[in-house]
Amino acid sequence: MIGWMGKRKPLFLFGMLALLLAGCGKENLTAFEPKGYGAESSMNLIILSIIIMAFVFAIVLLVYVITLVRFRKKKGQEDFIPKQVEGNKTLETVWTVIPIILVLILAVPTVAATFDLADKSEAQDGINVEVTGNQYWWHFNYEGDEVQTSQDLYIPTGERVYLNMISSDVIHSLWVPSISGKMDVNPENVNTMYLQAHEEGVYWGKCAELCGPSHSLMDFKVVAVSPEEYEQWISDMQSVDPEAEPEDAVAQDGKALFEEKSCVACHAIGSSPNATGPNLTNFGDRSKIAGYLEPTEENLVEWLMDPEAIKPGNKMTGNYPEVSEEEAKQIANYLLQLKPSDISPESAGN
Amino acid sequence: MSIAAAQKKGFMAAVWDYLTTVDHKKIAKLYLFAGGFFFLLGGLEALFIRIQLISPENDFLTAGLYNEMITMHGTTMIFLAAMPLLLGLMNAIMPLQIGARDVAFPFLNSLGFWLFLFGGVLLNCSWFLGGAPDAGWTSYAPLSIQSPGHGVDFYIMGLQISGAGTLIGGINFLVTIVTMRAPGMTYMRMPLFTWTTFVTSVLILFAFPALTVGLFLLMFDRMFGAAFFDVTLGGNSVIWQHLFWIFGHPEVYILILPAFGIFSDIISTFSKKRLFGYTAMVFATILIAFLGFMVWAHHMFTVGLGPVANAIFAIATMAIAVPTGIKIFNWLATMWGGSITINSAMLWTLAFIPSFTIGGMTGVMLASAVADYQYHDTYFVVAHFHYVIVGGVVFGILAGLHYWWPKMFGRILNETLGKISFWLFFIGFHLTFFIQHFLGLMGMPRRYWVFLEDQGLDNGNLISTIGAFLMGIGGLIFVINIIYTSVKGEKASADPWDGRSLEWAIPSPPPFYNFKQTPLIRGLDPLWIEKTEGKGKITPAEPLGDIHMPDASILPFIMSFGFFVAGFGFIYQVDHSGWLAAIFIGIGIALICMLIRSLKDYHGFHIHKEDLEREAD
Ligand code: HEC
Ligand SMILES: [Cu+2]
Repeated sequence: MIGWMGKRKPLFLFGMLALLLAGCGKENLTAFEPKGYGAESSMNLIILSIIIMAFVFAIVLLVYVITLVRFRKKKGQEDFIPKQVEGNKTLETVWTVIPIILVLILAVPTVAATFDLADKSEAQDGINVEVTGNQYWWHFNYEGDEVQTSQDLYIPTGERVYLNMISSDVIHSLWVPSISGKMDVNPENVNTMYLQAHEEGVYWGKCAELCGPSHSLMDFKVVAVSPEEYEQWISDMQSVDPEAEPEDAVAQDGKALFEEKSCVACHAIGSSPNATGPNLTNFGDRSKIAGYLEPTEENLVEWLMDPEAIKPGNKMTGNYPEVSEEEAKQIANYLLQLKPSDISPESAGN
Repeated sequence: MSIAAAQKKGFMAAVWDYLTTVDHKKIAKLYLFAGGFFFLLGGLEALFIRIQLISPENDFLTAGLYNEMITMHGTTMIFLAAMPLLLGLMNAIMPLQIGARDVAFPFLNSLGFWLFLFGGVLLNCSWFLGGAPDAGWTSYAPLSIQSPGHGVDFYIMGLQISGAGTLIGGINFLVTIVTMRAPGMTYMRMPLFTWTTFVTSVLILFAFPALTVGLFLLMFDRMFGAAFFDVTLGGNSVIWQHLFWIFGHPEVYILILPAFGIFSDIISTFSKKRLFGYTAMVFATILIAFLGFMVWAHHMFTVGLGPVANAIFAIATMAIAVPTGIKIFNWLATMWGGSITINSAMLWTLAFIPSFTIGGMTGVMLASAVADYQYHDTYFVVAHFHYVIVGGVVFGILAGLHYWWPKMFGRILNETLGKISFWLFFIGFHLTFFIQHFLGLMGMPRRYWVFLEDQGLDNGNLISTIGAFLMGIGGLIFVINIIYTSVKGEKASADPWDGRSLEWAIPSPPPFYNFKQTPLIRGLDPLWIEKTEGKGKITPAEPLGDIHMPDASILPFIMSFGFFVAGFGFIYQVDHSGWLAAIFIGIGIALICMLIRSLKDYHGFHIHKEDLEREAD
């Protein structure tokens, strides 16, 4: 590892400069601070290409400035007729050959990285998550584990987690800038990419392909926990009893309402193939509500009463009977208690 | 039919004159006026976008309206502003540069313009008829199929009609350059602007059919229940992306190559030097155009085409940097050793070199597929293509307008206003877009109606919005300059810039027959050759004689109107079959016009030798 650092020290210096310029952006969101394998591959190429380009730009700018200073029309020389030069073979060859070499310097690592990131030879033995992109939320199905969740994707650090992605409606694009570059989520074919996070943390994910009015609100989170915690989380999720009655009376009413108001038609609690709406098994642990709101009771009540005001064009609006504020509070109370596991975004250091 | 006589006519007569004109110089003005109008409209849409993004979670626009705004901004700027403005300049100048009296098909020239205008108007009617298209200017299926209302239908019909106009224009320019060059004007003596017009026309000829096909398929999906792009019925949505970008990438070169031509002419004129490496410049242009067809999938690196496709398209894309680099260095070498005059036209040109170099370089960065996994569909891409399209194409159009305004309108644009508008626009431009490279990598995807609070994106977006307003003010001052100049501007001589190419050998503005006698060309930069080695005047290639001119015609206007009506029919027959009538009426109008055009003889008219002798000198 040290050798790797040593060889690329100048790259890192340049990278630091870029960071300074950018003011970094927000940690765990910005691509400037890669914390996963894919993001690192991309960043290495970004830095390499910036160095090459800065070199070219410096030369262009130098010649440009010298030309303008030296050859601007001078007073008293208005009638000066410059020599009419047709061209210069040597010069023209130079500025053809050097760019070709520079392009090759960038092309070789690009091709290598392209094949490297597309390598799925070990997918069989790894963790596979079936990802479904929906207007405007994400569904995650841990293949072989009978665990489903939505919006928060739990992964173990240091491992490649393969995402087999398909869309249920229009094209989306899954992007977790700090961990990996993006890949489109098409309706017609399964696209596979992998996430490999180096450190624990809660990472921002975004939809990067215009998918309708609430495209910009289709955020999600990647919750990277230690491999042990991940195992724990999976087994906690597997042992959820969806029928379990909550302890306090308000939540019990909430649970009843959840069934009465046909919420169950779209929202599963516990393992279920039903993915018409987000799976709410561990809703109490969600890092956000509807992808971007703080997980407070007020926000949830607001969502239940008027989701359209929060996410225009979402598929819940108008598809369930009206809920009063009183009822919304009861349901919220119930939903926010759904915490089947001790492993949550908080344990990932949020 | 002399010019003086035309000026004496009343206002309505002038309108009629423009509705029926087949004169390339008047059609050029129509293109400039219409393109300029759409440019202001697109600019206004841009300002709305930037106001919405001035602060996090802003609610100046609703989500739906925002998507309409970005869609119309992109579509308008590309199809209805940049292209027509360039077509206008080509129309105005290219025939003069090759010593022709007009384009090869004056009637088609007029038809091309009116189709473009009616298509553009049709598209913009959507604002008042239930909402504009909202699936992005790329209109990706299935979002474009799913989009409710008629917005996307207007997009389809509007672009289909105006696209036909562009295709016609391209073919016309091709034939003109192939067949109508004056004696001695060999291909390798053509000014670079004519060369790039030629190559651009080839690109139009091959690229636009892909768009036409794509739009037809989309039209059948949306209006007639087909399922080319509908996955649930066995269609495939990625095909749209291929069709769109097989058109869309060459489209970028359709825009930038003419700008390259403009800059080449301007740099050579104002450095008082022959273009350095002319042959290399020509071949670089051709090479860029050729490679331009080989790289469309670099817009699709994240689609999941696999590493082989991604690697091939990455390398092909990087290869374009080489001919582009050749051009940049040849321009610098042209200025090197010259005697450089810096006026407004030259300012835009000089600003282009570093700005476009940045755009080109981020282009190479984007070509690196794995790096693109981060850039793709973020503000980095937005920054990149605005550096190329504004820093390249718009700067080129503005440079060209300052340079050729005297030739087209007989007056020189005001220098002071020109410089003020330049600096405002130039500073505003970099302020708006440079920071967006960083916003993209900081995690801001493009086409985001809002960005969230506390994501570190606030300052960058604020700066960007401030820059956009500076650009807006700069643009307005340019408009003021045009108005001021047309009232009080300095009258231009035939050759105000000590020019080198043929257009400067005839009066400003040129008479409607352009060249009294077809000129004889003795080399590259023919006027310069005559100035330095000859009599100072172009030698005619023929004795003074009668000139044959084509008839004016209202048919192109009516025919385009017919397609416009049919467009509405197609859009609304989905709701009510009664609208099928509009299709029949509209297409009927167009067919009748075609019939008249085919059956009636158009003899044109002659300008007699005696009149020519009387009018001039
Ligand atoms: C027609 C199906 C449907 C019905 C019925 C429905 N929802 Fe939803 N619900 C959705 C969809 C779809 C979303 C995702 C919206 C988005 O983010 O775009 C959602 C989102 C939610 C969320 C936020 C989930 C998260 O992970 O952030 C909650 C909480 C919720 N619904 C609760 C309810 C309750 C309570 C009811 C009954 C009163 C209900 N829903 C009825 C479809 C439905
Ligand atoms: Cu999406």
